[in-house]
Amino acid sequence: MTRFLLPLGAFALLVVVLIVGLRHAPEKNIIPSPLIGKSAPQFALQNLSDGHSPVSAALLRGHWSLVNVWGTWCPECRAEHEALLQIKREGQVPIIGIDWKDADDEAQAWLSQLGNPYSTVGTDHDGRVAIDWGVYAAPESFLINPDGVVVYKVIGAMTAEIWHQKCLPLIQARSMPATQAGSGS
Amino acid sequence: MRGVRLAYALLGMSTLLAALPAMAVDNVPPLPTPQLQQRYYQLTHELRCMQCQNEALADSPVGLAADLRLQVRELLIAGQSDEQIRQHMVDRYSEFILFRPRMNWRNAWLWGAPGVLMLVGVVVAWRVIRSRSQLVDSEEADPNAESLNS
Repeated sequence: MTRFLLPLGAFALLVVVLIVGLRHAPEKNIIPSPLIGKSAPQFALQNLSDGHSPVSAALLRGHWSLVNVWGTWCPECRAEHEALLQIKREGQVPIIGIDWKDADDEAQAWLSQLGNPYSTVGTDHDGRVAIDWGVYAAPESFLINPDGVVVYKVIGAMTAEIWHQKCLPLIQARSMPATQAGSGS
Repeated sequence: MRGVRLAYALLGMSTLLAALPAMAVDNVPPLPTPQLQQRYYQLTHELRCMQCQNEALADSPVGLAADLRLQVRELLIAGQSDEQIRQHMVDRYSEFILFRPRMNWRNAWLWGAPGVLMLVGVVVAWRVIRSRSQLVDSEEADPNAESLNS
């Protein structure tokens, strides 16, 4: 009897391992960012609007913000543009754009044609800042808390669903205890 | 006449084949010393292109891979060790960028599994051999033992 029990048990164990493995298999092409929970990387970029007034990580302090990496060469960026404009209209967080390996005139034309969802856009001509942010496929968006810490990353096009179901709850979860503490004092 | 033509055609094709390495995607300028060049070669072959995930940085034609190759070159010239450069990439792109994963508590069982399986195999083999040899002994002592055992 034990003769069959042992191989059968081993087989059952293998089946369980494989099922768990399949269930937990990460979605293809989605690689969790090591930046989550860490301070946003330092950067200093030229401002797309005037070429001066540098865009830096200092802009991410003291309030929630969304950092969006995009380029006019990126078709998915066009797909998410409407969602970004919607987030701007809702007005909860400023969107800081990082224009990745792009031509300034094309980027400016894109924003004047499609509308500008960004409070500020920095131009990352050589792609160094995008590498520091661990960007590998535009568009990518990072939700940054008031301490300047990355709390969430969206790989691929931002949508109204992702914004309302994943990002906003994170913002609300953090601001709730703060208001309670404020009303208590 | 036909044979000569064929020979020329083959010669032409093999010359083209020989020229293939010149078409390599990597156009990062060479490093100052052969030692650095060798380390550059090693590193760009063991770091993954994040965009085309099953290619190494060295083989990938996409823009991001070119930027990362350039960064490997700069870090080498800046005097960083191989491990520092690997860590630089892991800090940004997670361990997924390493083709050779590191051992940690989450994958330790995976590293240990071959040893455990080998141990199980040895124990099973030892028990089987022992029971077989006992079988032979008992057969010699009693010709009817086989029918009892099965």
